[in-house]
Amino acid sequence: MARKKHVIYKYLRTTKRFPSIWCPGCGVGIFLGALLRAIDKSNYSKDQIVLVSGIGCAGRLTTYVDFNTLHTTHGRALTFATGIKLAKPELKVIVIMGDGDAVAIGGNHFIHAARRNIEITSIVINNGIYGMTGGQLSPATPLDVETISSPYGNLEPSFDICRLAEAAGSSFVARSTVYHAGHMERLIGKALQKKGFTMVEIISQCPVHYGRQVGLNSAVEMMKWQRDNAVTDDKAKGLSEEELQGKIRIGVLVDREIPTYQERLENLKESLKEKAVAL
Amino acid sequence: MKKTELLQGNEACVKGALAADCRFFAAYPITPSSEIAHRMAYELPRRCGIFIQAEDEIASLGAVIGASLAGAKSMTATSGPGFSLMQEHISFASIAEVPCVIVNVMRGGPSTGVPTHPSQGDVMQARWGAHGDHPIIVLAPSSVAECFSLTVEAFNLSEKYRTPVIVLSDEFIAHLREKVSLPSSDEIELVERPKPAEPPEVFVPYRDPGTGVPPMPSFGEGYRYHVTGLCHDERGYPTTRADEVEPFIRRLFHKISRDLDKLQWGETYYTEDSTLNIIAFGSVARAGLTAVKTARAKGMKVGLLKLLILFPFMRRKVTQLMESSTTILVPEMNMGQISREVKRVNQGRCHVETLNRVAHEPIMPQEIMHKIEEIYG
Ligand SMILES: Cc1ncc(C[n+]2csc(CCOP(=O)(O)OP(=O)(O)O)c2C)c(N)n1
Repeated sequence: MARKKHVIYKYLRTTKRFPSIWCPGCGVGIFLGALLRAIDKSNYSKDQIVLVSGIGCAGRLTTYVDFNTLHTTHGRALTFATGIKLAKPELKVIVIMGDGDAVAIGGNHFIHAARRNIEITSIVINNGIYGMTGGQLSPATPLDVETISSPYGNLEPSFDICRLAEAAGSSFVARSTVYHAGHMERLIGKALQKKGFTMVEIISQCPVHYGRQVGLNSAVEMMKWQRDNAVTDDKAKGLSEEELQGKIRIGVLVDREIPTYQERLENLKESLKEKAVAL
Repeated sequence: MKKTELLQGNEACVKGALAADCRFFAAYPITPSSEIAHRMAYELPRRCGIFIQAEDEIASLGAVIGASLAGAKSMTATSGPGFSLMQEHISFASIAEVPCVIVNVMRGGPSTGVPTHPSQGDVMQARWGAHGDHPIIVLAPSSVAECFSLTVEAFNLSEKYRTPVIVLSDEFIAHLREKVSLPSSDEIELVERPKPAEPPEVFVPYRDPGTGVPPMPSFGEGYRYHVTGLCHDERGYPTTRADEVEPFIRRLFHKISRDLDKLQWGETYYTEDSTLNIIAFGSVARAGLTAVKTARAKGMKVGLLKLLILFPFMRRKVTQLMESSTTILVPEMNMGQISREVKRVNQGRCHVETLNRVAHEPIMPQEIMHKIEEIYG
């Protein structure tokens, strides 16, 4: 029986030898599969897509896929993406960031890209830790967790990345986990179709630097944790405030029509044309 | 006939950028560079270009690099503190070989320093501020006309060599108003980045075509290649292999240094028979020239070399001058930054004297004259 080649092979670079740099059990690979399936279902061509990433384990993703790819600096991927999108609006710009990348060093760019509501699909792969640099705490690490840089427990409360994006002005905000691979794919698909700044947070696992610190000793255990702690809107309705404590809300959290940067820019261009300014 | 205009240095930078077909500008406000942003905010949208006020200088240069990768000639402008924030991305543009222009209008530092006064304190920051061993091109205008011409050339060099180019202006020049007659567009020669001749299927993005400068497709043109700040192989993929990293970094330097002879952009005045020569750049070169003229009127054999390009340092032209000098005098508005370069190439050829000013006031011709008389004895 002829085996059908998986759709992701259409998008993997054949010139780059695998294996990838990711550790066994890392969630980024599962996310990559979902991203490629979502892109395959969209109507964007490979030439049209620019995939931009920051620095970190998640950031390495751009190396392996056959799009216009840009691996930038730590925390600044959105700034490069802004330049690309404004200079060539016909390109579909997708940005992949780690949690530290997006909301620690890149926090300022993150809120301003959302505020401008510039047409970029951004994805934050939140593993709750700095993977690449060996397990320091990130702004997404929960309170009290012991990490290599918080040996006595984390003193800092964590960000709710989705609420941050919402408050800053993002058109579309959603959350999923790598356990919910199909769900994750559908949300990415929705984000790709939506105008304006969209942000999908993907709860992922780093068994090497995070799991061990919180007593989840394998990727499987961490993914079971995702399964058991994620609640959809429907499920959430049946739960009390107390029962919702510590749970992760997944699904589309914000989906609203607000003018995008591009729309305002087009209006400006039109009005300048009307005035027929002489150069 | 050329139109004569009264222009400020910063305005001339904008005119130069537009003449060079700059399509994208991102910046964060900072004195004494802000007029460049103000003018760009007005001009670019009218020309279907893009202006964006970024959230900080890191974002400014990030956006500029992104726009350039998408095919738009791009620029940013800043001053000392903002220039420091840009260093990480200057490093990125250098290794990823992305053409871009950065105008740094120097003001008194360190830190917030003396914000609206002139200085030349960022010479070494322009050369070595960014991390890692990297090549850089730094141009220094000393007049409003040169703010125009050197901004055009900054674009040309950045496109030609696929490298960031810094225009190192200073508050004095930036806010100076002078009468200038700018060339018309058909008198300006523009250089565009090299483009691949081969189709995407056989294109190897970072292969040296012999010039050291690989052709550069824009995103969206069908080439789908990888751009990264990691050391990469010819295909653009990360590598740590010494036999790939070493030639790669050397190529980055060599693509510029192989043309060093063409980059000796300096102007000499009264150097035919001079034995005491001034080497200066930026606004100080103006005071230098006035001092030289005064000295000549008194019969002193004094000359001037004005540096229009600071880096790569024009060793050939400078050492030539040293051969015929007994003394070189380097006046500058810092504690001695370009004089270090002068001393480095001097190798005992002549005597090097310095005249430094860090009070963030211009160096006056009289002060230079005073020093000349002192040296002359
Ligand atoms: C300016 C700068 N500071 C620090 C670093 C070091 N660094 C690289 S990746 C990283 C954190 C990565 O964590 P995260 O963004 O959460 O991504 P992950 O590796 O977990 O996917 C840090 C601190 C850097 N590359 N650049």
